[in-house]
Order: sequence, then structure tokens, then C-alpha cells
Amino acid sequence: MIDNSPTASPGSSTPLRLFGIGDAGIATLELLLSEGVSPESCIAINSGGPALENSRAQTKLPLELRRLRGLGSGGDPERGRQAAEEKTDELKAICLGAEVVFIIAGLGGGSGGGISPVVARVAKAAGALVLGFVSLPFDCEGSRRQGLAEESLEQLREAADGVVVLPNQKIFKLIEENTTVMETFRITSRLLADGVQGLWRLFSRKGLIEIPTADLVDLLQDRNCQSFFAVAEAAGQDRASKVLDKLLAHPLLDNGEALCESENVLVSLTGGPGLTMAEVSRVMDHIKSRCAAPLTMGAYIEEQMGDRLAVTLVCSIPFKIEGTTGPRAGDLHSHLLDRKPGAKPTSRFVPPAPALAPEQVEQLLSKQARTRPNARSKALSRMRQTHLPLEIVSKGRFDKSEPTIHKGEDLDVPTYIRRGVPLN
Amino acid sequence: MFDSNSSIIVGLEIGTSKVCAVVGEVSADRVLNVVGVGQSRSRGVRKGEICDPSLCEEDVRQAIVEAEQMADVEIRSVYLGVTGGHLRGFNNRGVHPVASADREISELDVQDVIKNAKAINLPAENHVIHAIRQHFLVDGQDGITNPVGMLGARVEVDVHVLHGNLNRLQNAIRTVKGLQLEVDDIVFNGLASSLTVLTSDQKEMGSLVIDIGGGTTDYVLYSNGIIKHTGVLAVGGDHVSNDLAYGLKVPLSRAEQLKIDHGCALVEDSDKGQSITLANELGMPVKVLSRENLRRIMSLRLEEIFQLIAQDLENSDAFSYERSPVFLCGGGARIPQIAKLAEQVLQVPASIGKTNSINGLKSALDQPEFATAIGLVKFGSFQQRKRGGRLSLSDGIKSTFGQLFKRA
Repeated sequence: MIDNSPTASPGSSTPLRLFGIGDAGIATLELLLSEGVSPESCIAINSGGPALENSRAQTKLPLELRRLRGLGSGGDPERGRQAAEEKTDELKAICLGAEVVFIIAGLGGGSGGGISPVVARVAKAAGALVLGFVSLPFDCEGSRRQGLAEESLEQLREAADGVVVLPNQKIFKLIEENTTVMETFRITSRLLADGVQGLWRLFSRKGLIEIPTADLVDLLQDRNCQSFFAVAEAAGQDRASKVLDKLLAHPLLDNGEALCESENVLVSLTGGPGLTMAEVSRVMDHIKSRCAAPLTMGAYIEEQMGDRLAVTLVCSIPFKIEGTTGPRAGDLHSHLLDRKPGAKPTSRFVPPAPALAPEQVEQLLSKQARTRPNARSKALSRMRQTHLPLEIVSKGRFDKSEPTIHKGEDLDVPTYIRRGVPLN
Repeated sequence: MFDSNSSIIVGLEIGTSKVCAVVGEVSADRVLNVVGVGQSRSRGVRKGEICDPSLCEEDVRQAIVEAEQMADVEIRSVYLGVTGGHLRGFNNRGVHPVASADREISELDVQDVIKNAKAINLPAENHVIHAIRQHFLVDGQDGITNPVGMLGARVEVDVHVLHGNLNRLQNAIRTVKGLQLEVDDIVFNGLASSLTVLTSDQKEMGSLVIDIGGGTTDYVLYSNGIIKHTGVLAVGGDHVSNDLAYGLKVPLSRAEQLKIDHGCALVEDSDKGQSITLANELGMPVKVLSRENLRRIMSLRLEEIFQLIAQDLENSDAFSYERSPVFLCGGGARIPQIAKLAEQVLQVPASIGKTNSINGLKSALDQPEFATAIGLVKFGSFQQRKRGGRLSLSDGIKSTFGQLFKRA
């Protein structure tokens, strides 16, 4: 792992790279840009589309998808992956000298899901610390997209040092009945941007009490856990208690329930020079009383904060073993796992990656990246058989009766088609 | 109408695949005997709900006539089974403060608390089919079956409410009334099936009854002798046939036959590479199908049904269904290996429900697809016992059901 100097500022010479991948990623990147992140460190990648052209990021990397004549990735991560593999060299050049790489994407589609793992791999091979910030699709987007997102997330986890997940379904607790779709997606971008900024603070600011980078990576890297984050900010007199209230009411923490279940919690406080020790200890005591997991804490001073106090909380929650606890409503991840075709109900345990020394990993990855990426991707694509996306499924007997819809799936359509099980 | 000591009880189930009428007779010593069964193929029903009233009326008439002939009685009124995707169940709690000075809970308090629990805010188009009493709580103490005479400041009761769309329920009732038959009561099919296959011991221990019918899958969960959860999934055997017709590219009627002849709920290794040859009426082979594909399509659909039920049970809070064994009934229970599949998905012991505690025509009636219709007769007999209840009360024999099922 690299030695990350926490004193670095996000200036032009920053060793930071922010990758916004796909439409969702670029939207979040735009939000970050409008908040003063320097455009030099931002890279927008997409498989065509107006979002990329309008982006203010300095580096833009349009991926050519000849097969679809500029129609994007067509929702197929394999296509996105192939296109990204072809640009490995350019990606490598971009990542050169970077110390921390953030990958921001929305999984479930072809661009975000396909390109992110490739970028993560290349960036890691270039010697950077790679952190992913990804959103998972809403329940109503259907099981196919969720399955794809799940697959992509797994790939990204393997490639990156850490992945923080934002299940969009949880946003429902944040929004009101009449919130528009546009507004909803803006909120998800907002949350992702908050998360990126919160974590970036950990790397960039001078800490009163610093969190070692290794601890952070440790927490995010555990493959049997899902990492969530929450950022809250408050100002004024009793800002410590206000920020706590906000934090515990945060939808991503399930009203503080997530804290009890998490295995590892990282808390970082950022305040102006007026941040008092009493406030720090009040926040920490309260969080400590809510969770049994070991706490890692950091406190940071930032001039611009004024009298505001921001708390970033990252916690990793182990995947639930089926049978011990039922999935709560809105617990998207367990739904995802349930739906994964062919997955046995009890085999949720994913063994951790074999422990390799960092040099070995680097060697392995750079070797992989060097060996003719084109030929490799072609060989892979030949191996994988895809199904036609435009199959019209007749519902036969149930054509005219009232459809049976369960969580956005039409149960009248044969199960094997919805799950994509091939028949021979 | 019958007078109170005449005791012919008829259960009528208008199912998606068949219409079934069962005639029961309660003898003088209050033993229920089944004396007649009438069946006909159902044509006007989809997913448990009537879609062609005139066809349906014909089918019902045929079944009733057959049952009348067999039992040698004239059927005037029936207990009608209902189901459909619009049915919803939930638990509701009623609270009542005990007003009397000595804090003793009286019969009146019990009546009040039940009334409170049944006061449910539902949209006007919804009708409560059942409001089944669960346990009482006295000052927060759980699990009390009869609080009369106990001391307490506050008595609460849980009821399980099952409601559905009034118009859709009316459709079935109107069809029956069109045949000059009275409807004594409407009963949820899943509840009726559970009465047939469960003994009171099994209800006490906790059991899950899954009735896989033609158009719907109904399920009822018992725990500690009370109904904890009910549900309807508008997916059933018809869906299996439809999937097969689509997947194997054969006509629906052929798919139905293939399902019966070659169907299995699990794909076994021995199925790999096996084929099924379809012949035309002259015995000439016309089409070769893969047996593995057939069973895979079936298996996936049935697996999904169980998964959806498991999900629903997990989401219905307050109870883990972990230990409760599963009993399967309905036509879907005839699928080979279905119990094994249920065991795999739900991870509890599963078996095919047997028709319990009913006399007459024993061998003919112990078929999983008759569970609902027999259950309707049983439900009817409990109702009648309660209605003519003075006698049975004086006997001091209060059946478990008398306590458990109090009608709205």
C-alpha cells in the first residue's frame, strides 16, 4: 500500500483522482465540481451521451462502442467492460502519480457496472489507493438490474481497496410522496458526493487525531461486510447534540440500527478551530453507547468550517446469514442475494481473497493488464453467451387477466425467463 | 332453510381448475360424515376469481347436481370458499380498560375488547371475511385464552383480519345465488384447507399449510393454536402449465398433460439427456422434448412460489416460522418431490397434508385437492355448533375452534 500523506491539499498537484463513471457517476462528479473540487482531478468516463459532453471535468474519456453506434452500453456490463479494457493505456496514464482514486458510479447499468471494475484494477495497478462509491438500483428497477449490480459490485470489490455502498432503496425514507424522479436521483448523487467529501477529508486534512489510512482500508476491505456511510452536519450552539440527532436519523443507518449490527465503526469529526474537546467526547460517547463494535475515531480542523461540525461515519455490517434474522423491509441487499439465480440460501459466506503481499498483487495485476487486453476481452466475450435483449414474452393464458405484480416483477412471465436460466 | 337440528352442510369451492361440492351430514352425536361429493371441470375462473360468470354457473350447477345425486339430498345452502390475489391479512390489536371497581374482567369486558379489535379502518370497497381471535393480553401478560374472571386493569386482544375487495367477493356469491342457492358464509380457501389437514395438536405446535391450487397458492400459519398469518399468492398450477407451454412450445392442453405425466418438482441427475416423445393420435412421433427442460421450468416456478411465501413470512414480523412443519395440499401437492422442494426452500420438514378427523368415503376423500371443500364443510359444522350453541355449552364441551374462530 502506498504511504498517503494526510497533509496534501486538494489543489492542482493533488495525488487525488475522482472518476465519475456512467451517467450517475458524472452527475455526482458535477455536484462535487460545483462545490469547489478542482476540475483537474476529475475524470468523466461514459459510453457516449450528453452527460459526458456537458461535464465540467477536465479529462473526459468517451468510450467507443462501435457495436451499438453510440447508443451507450445498452445496459450490458460486458460491453462496458470490453470498451474500458481497450482504453487501459489511457486510464493508466491518467492514474499515473495518483495516490488516492475515488470511483463514483451507479451500478446496475452497462457503463457504471462494466467500466468501474476495470478502472479500479488499472488504478490499483498504478499504485493508488482505490475507493469505490457506488449506488445500487431501486427495488422497482427489477431483478435483472439488481442482479447485474450485484455482480458488478462483487467485481469492484475484488478490484478496489474498498467499496462503500449506497442502496438507493433506502433513499425512500428520505423523500416525500411528491418528490420527482429527477429530484430523487439528485438526492442519491448528493449522498454519494457527501460520502466522497467526508472520506476525502480523512485523507487530506491535518488531523488533531488522525485515522491511519490502513485502518480505513481495513474497514472497507472486509469482503464479508457491506460498508455504509453517513454524513451529518450541524452548526450553532448545541451542534454536538444536533449532529448526533441527524446522524442517528440518517436513513442509511436505519435509524441507528445499523450501528448496533456493525462490526467496525469509523467516526471522523471535522470542525472549525473552535472545536472543543467536550464536543468531541460527547459525540463519541453517544456513538459508543449505541454500538458494541470497536470504534476508530479521528478529529480534523478545517478553517472554512466556521462554527459548523461535520461527522462522517463509516460502518461495516456483516452479511446476514439466512435464518438467524429475517431481512428488514427495505434491506435491499438481502433481497438481492435472495434473487441471485442459482444461489443456495445458506451459502452467503464469501471467502476472503487470498492474502498476497502488495508487491505480489501489483505484479500480478500489471501482468494481467499488459497481456494484450484486446485479445483477452475478445476471448472472454466469445466464451460468454448473451441472450437477446428484445425478447417479447407472451403471457399465454394470463394475457388478458390482471397481472400479478410482486416487487416490480410480473409473476405471470415464466420464472426461468425472468431469472435468465438457459434451457438447452 | 334447514331447521336447526337438520344437519346437512355443503361446502362449495369454485376453484380455477375444478368446482367441487362436498356434502357433509352431522349425525345426532355430532360426528361429521361426508355423504356426497360432486365435481366438475372449471372453465370460467382465472387465478381464483370468476372471469366468466355464465360458464362458471354451468360448472357449479353440474357439481351441485352430482353431489345431490350422490348424497341423495337437496342442497339449499352452501359454505362458499373464496380466494384471490386481492385478499389481505393482517393482525390488529384492541385495547379495553377494565372499568369495574374490583378489577375483575367480566364477559362484557371481553366482548368490548373484541369489538375494539374488530373496529378496523378499511376502504369502503373492502370487506372483512374473517376476524379471527388470537390471544388475550391482561396488563401486558401474553398468551391468555380466556381472561374472564382474571384480575387486571387493561385487557387487550389480537385479531387476525382477512379482508378483500367486496365486488370481487360478490361475483362468486352472485353466481351461487343465481342457482337459487343460499350462501351461509364465505370462507377463505386457505383457512378451510388448514382445518382439513391439521389436528389441534399440530395447530398448537405451529404449522404452515400451503394449498397450491390451480390459480392461487393460499397459505395459513398457525402458532400456539392460533392463526398468525394468512396469505394468497396469485400463482399456481396454471402458471406451471403456462410456463411449460411457453418454454416447450406446445399447446396449453398438451402442457397440462405433460405436467401431469412427466412433471417433477426437482431436477434430478437422471433427467439429464432424457427426452420425451410426443405422438399424434396415430401414434406417430411428432415432437421430441427434453425432460430436463420440462422439469427445470417446473422446478424454478415452484421454487419461486415457496421463496415468495418464505419472504412474506419473514416480512410479517413477530414470528419466525422456523420450527413449524409444512403441510402441502391442493392439486399442486400431487407433483412428485414437491415436499422435498418445499423442505429445501423453507428449511423445515414438509409433508403432504392428510385429511383428518372426518368420516365417510375415507379413501376417496383423502386426496390433497379435496382439502378445501372438506374444510368448508368442517367450518360449517363448527359454525352450526356455535349457532345452536346453547346445547354444546351446557355440555361443557367447547371445541378449540369455538374458542378460536369468532365470526365478525
